[in-house]
Amino acid sequence: MVAQSQKSKSELTVGVLALQGAFSSHEAVLNKIGVSSRQVRTPQDLEVVDALVMPGGESTTMSQLLESANLFEPINARIKNRMPVFGTCAGMILLAKTIIDGRDDQLSFNAIDIDVQRNAYGRQIDSFEAEIEIGALTGSFHGVFIRAPRIVSFGSSVTALAYCGDDVVLAQQDKVLVASFHPELANDIRLHELFLEGV
Amino acid sequence: MAKTESNKTGSMVVKRGLAEMLKGGVIMDVVNADQAKIAEDSGACAVMALERVPADIRRDGGVARMSDPEMIEKIQAVVSIPVMAKARIGHFVEAQVLESLGVDFIDESEVLTPADESHHIDKFAFKTPVVCGATNLGEALRRISEGAALIRSKGEAGTGNIVEAVRHLRSIIGDIRKITQADSAELFEWAKRLQAPLPLVQEIAETGWLQVPLFCAGGIATPSDAALAMQLGAEAVFVGSGIFKSDDPAPRARSIVEATTHFRDAEIIAKVSRNLGAPMTGIGMDNIEQRFAERGW
Repeated sequence: MVAQSQKSKSELTVGVLALQGAFSSHEAVLNKIGVSSRQVRTPQDLEVVDALVMPGGESTTMSQLLESANLFEPINARIKNRMPVFGTCAGMILLAKTIIDGRDDQLSFNAIDIDVQRNAYGRQIDSFEAEIEIGALTGSFHGVFIRAPRIVSFGSSVTALAYCGDDVVLAQQDKVLVASFHPELANDIRLHELFLEGV
Repeated sequence: MAKTESNKTGSMVVKRGLAEMLKGGVIMDVVNADQAKIAEDSGACAVMALERVPADIRRDGGVARMSDPEMIEKIQAVVSIPVMAKARIGHFVEAQVLESLGVDFIDESEVLTPADESHHIDKFAFKTPVVCGATNLGEALRRISEGAALIRSKGEAGTGNIVEAVRHLRSIIGDIRKITQADSAELFEWAKRLQAPLPLVQEIAETGWLQVPLFCAGGIATPSDAALAMQLGAEAVFVGSGIFKSDDPAPRARSIVEATTHFRDAEIIAKVSRNLGAPMTGIGMDNIEQRFAERGW
């Protein structure tokens, strides 16, 4: 028996923040898994979703659009109310406690106790692919890192779920999951499934 | 360091990956560091560094070339978003120079004067992703077969007139729609008619879309223009002369960013379109001497 507050997978609506970036790739993965998804651009969109994916893209652009669309406060309130969120790349930057090398006016939700450095691996020419071992999954996961951010430090409440070299590239704190790479570009549904297990 | 010997850089996945990240955004032409800063402040997802915007290239005439590396580096120094720059069609040395500067995306652009009248750049030879313009699906697929990581409509740059971009988007997307309805025998005919590799045509029939993202460029001057391109099926927009040739660039840039995000929401587009001052004047297609879109093949 599932707890009363939990919905079955078929009843869930997973929001994908669609202000800018690779939101359609996330939607494609969610559709493949068989959960319904909804693009979130307004507070009204947010009201009907049970969880939220924050995609890769430009975090500075998204930060400004979160304000102009009046979405920052409503999303912040939902996260505080334990809505599950999954942030990839720019999405991870938006969820971080501290942003290094960001713009001064850049907003973040302080939803996970990590310090994140933007573009930490260099310019596009340094973007790379690497195989990642994720403890909760069998077999490796193909990591695509695009002008990727790096988790430079994290608090004791954060669980490191995967490394690439010495860097933590997948981390979790309660209902918040973040990746510095792009599972939506890997043609692999397992990480999204892992996220949905927590929803 | 996470970067180890086994990490792979410059692959098609990584190159196309950056194009994916730019979706839903606005890439703005800038000619100096001050404009680049205004663009980033206004929510641009990337900037295109060039010495003259297309409207000025059109006015000045002469040969238009790759920008001064010094100027590109100054722009790279002031913004944290991706920086693109243009190389002439077929001028692979300009592309090599841009790659050595670490630009994030190279635009093999018809806005500059072509350097080669029969060959485009072999874009597989670069680790930096390359975007190319197209006026129709055949052209788009030929560029993809040469390694383009992103396709944009050519439109007619520097005119402030959206009509050509609309024509190109409708042609590309219309043919994609038709191909998805074609049977397997008809695909051979499509490949022949488009002068495009058959496997790419067959792939479109299967997936219903191009192998790389499709953005709009050429003639966007207002928030409604950007939203029109998005509703027609473009996945992001380039704005060239439209911002910094208008009366008041910063608010116009911000409003085009918002209209690109909320492209189906007429109320928001109306709201952000208020009191923007005059857009660039623009010119009609009958009054232009040189059509940039005819460059490339």
